[in-house]
Amino acid sequence: MIRVENLVKKYGNIVALNNLNCRFEEEKITVILGGSGSGKSTLLRQMTGLERPDRGSVYFDGMDLISANKKNLYQKRKKMGMLFQGSALFNYLNIFENIAFPLREHTKIAENVIKTIVTMKLEMVGLRGTENLMPAQLSGGMTKRVGLARAIVMDPKIIFYDEPTSGLDPISTGVIDKLIKDLNTKLNITSVVVSHDIESCFRIADKIIILFYGDIIAEGTVDEIKNSEDLRVKQFINGEPEGPIPFTRTDKDYLDELLME
Amino acid sequence: MSQPPQFTITTATNITTLCLSGRLDTKGVAAVWQRVTIAVGRAKSPTLIINLGEVDYMDMAGAAFISHLKNLDHNGTAKERSQVNGLKSAYTPLLVLAEKTDIKPAITNHLSPHSFVEQTGKNVADFLYDAKTFISFIGELIFAMVSSLKAPKNIRWGETFLMAERAGVDALPIVGLISFIVGLVMAFQAAIPMKMFGAELYVANLIGIATVRELGPLMTAIVLAGRSASAFAAEIGTMKINEEIDALTVMGMDPVKFLILPRVIALTMVTPLLTIFANLVGILGGAVVILSLGYPLVAYYNQVVNFVTWQDFTGGIIKCFVFGVLIAATGCIRGYQTQMGSSAVGQSTTRAVVSSIVLIAVFDGIFSIMYYYMGV
Repeated sequence: MIRVENLVKKYGNIVALNNLNCRFEEEKITVILGGSGSGKSTLLRQMTGLERPDRGSVYFDGMDLISANKKNLYQKRKKMGMLFQGSALFNYLNIFENIAFPLREHTKIAENVIKTIVTMKLEMVGLRGTENLMPAQLSGGMTKRVGLARAIVMDPKIIFYDEPTSGLDPISTGVIDKLIKDLNTKLNITSVVVSHDIESCFRIADKIIILFYGDIIAEGTVDEIKNSEDLRVKQFINGEPEGPIPFTRTDKDYLDELLME
Repeated sequence: MSQPPQFTITTATNITTLCLSGRLDTKGVAAVWQRVTIAVGRAKSPTLIINLGEVDYMDMAGAAFISHLKNLDHNGTAKERSQVNGLKSAYTPLLVLAEKTDIKPAITNHLSPHSFVEQTGKNVADFLYDAKTFISFIGELIFAMVSSLKAPKNIRWGETFLMAERAGVDALPIVGLISFIVGLVMAFQAAIPMKMFGAELYVANLIGIATVRELGPLMTAIVLAGRSASAFAAEIGTMKINEEIDALTVMGMDPVKFLILPRVIALTMVTPLLTIFANLVGILGGAVVILSLGYPLVAYYNQVVNFVTWQDFTGGIIKCFVFGVLIAATGCIRGYQTQMGSSAVGQSTTRAVVSSIVLIAVFDGIFSIMYYYMGV
């Protein structure tokens, strides 16, 4: 479905993606794991064409998104859905209008059909009845679900999730995980999830890619990752502060800085 | 409130004894830091004994303070010769933590100030980069405008008219007020010297030509820069921070077409209309002064109409189209450039207003030169 080849992205002197090669299989859930600053969100932004990489290609449905012209890129994007970290609902539109927005802009569907579709999508995420509320009136978990309803309203072939469970309580996390899984199994939607939530990742993933400072350090199924011998992978999935992945500079340097005049 | 810590200093043959008492917390340390440092420094004896027997409480600030005193101005020999006595055992780990710092040249000032040349070069480079973004953005915008003119159906007219209403109709009172007052004040100031020559009716000519050619367009543009450029920057900046612009893009909608084009078209339509209104009201402001000097309105009217040509009027209006594009584009660019963080939207709003006023001034100058050579 998506093939990433030799992708390089630098921000100034910082290499965010270091010659990355990976595949995202059709109708599977692939989770990109990694700590903060490991380049996982950057990878997502290159795959959706929100940013241009310095080098490399992203093949989506056989077309290179990087070299594609604007029209083709926008055409392809109609097959994509994305759930943003902060949900990115339009604050000046109510829930109904937020979800109906892509339909109204991209299609000429009659208003009563739009209403039916929106109601169906809201029912899928368990929020039927909130149509007339404004985004600010919903909790974090609920806005995520509305964001998901909006992402699937055009029946995309692929959905990108940017940290779908960060900042949510355990129950909301469970709900979102179940939704991701359901969308994948019932509607055969390919999913790409960027996350650092190990537990939820193990629950939903068909394949896991672990990024570390712009490099892929591990790739495989849940069991393969769990049994990995790589020390960095072990440290990451067990959440240990000490290990090959450094947390910060030593305490002494910090105190020096604090106390030196 | 607790008392600040007390201290006493006694010096006897090469030994200074410092007794501290009270609470050595952040607040207490701040109160005595300077005085104790000066007193210990003035004593100049190689050995310092710090007696902490009377200290009731100490936190990290206190430990840092003690460590600072021990390392004070003794050229590296102090550490061995200074002693700390009587500290309650509960606070010793704190002091040990603070003691871990060795005396070595401080590595503060990571950001050493740039030299003047360096800073100027950096500023010029930043400015050129900004200008480049600006020009390429304007190019993209003009391209989008032209291609949307080919298919006017694709323009989001609903949004465009909403923007036109907010930027135009809602701005009528403020544009009216400013133009009226400028017209009135200018006429009044001009009338005083003119009266000496008995030529006060020619104030009408002055007001007419100045308003139509310069002040009408300029006042309108500056009001719009303050009202609309800032509003556009804030709206688009907030959407950027909220990832709404990314959301639009991923949904397959071009943010330039969706957000920026309606605003630019709206402002380009509205600026000339507002200017016509400003011209009228400004001239009306001048009329008030002339009337108060005892001339009939018809005299003022004839004077203005006979003096101001259609060329003057059109010249002013053509400028307004350019001002409209500039103001809207600046607002949108600055909004688009918004970085992450809570102060970012405020910064881009400020930058939007400042940049658009600068651009208005620059382009007004360019137009004046152009019109001069064209003989308008």
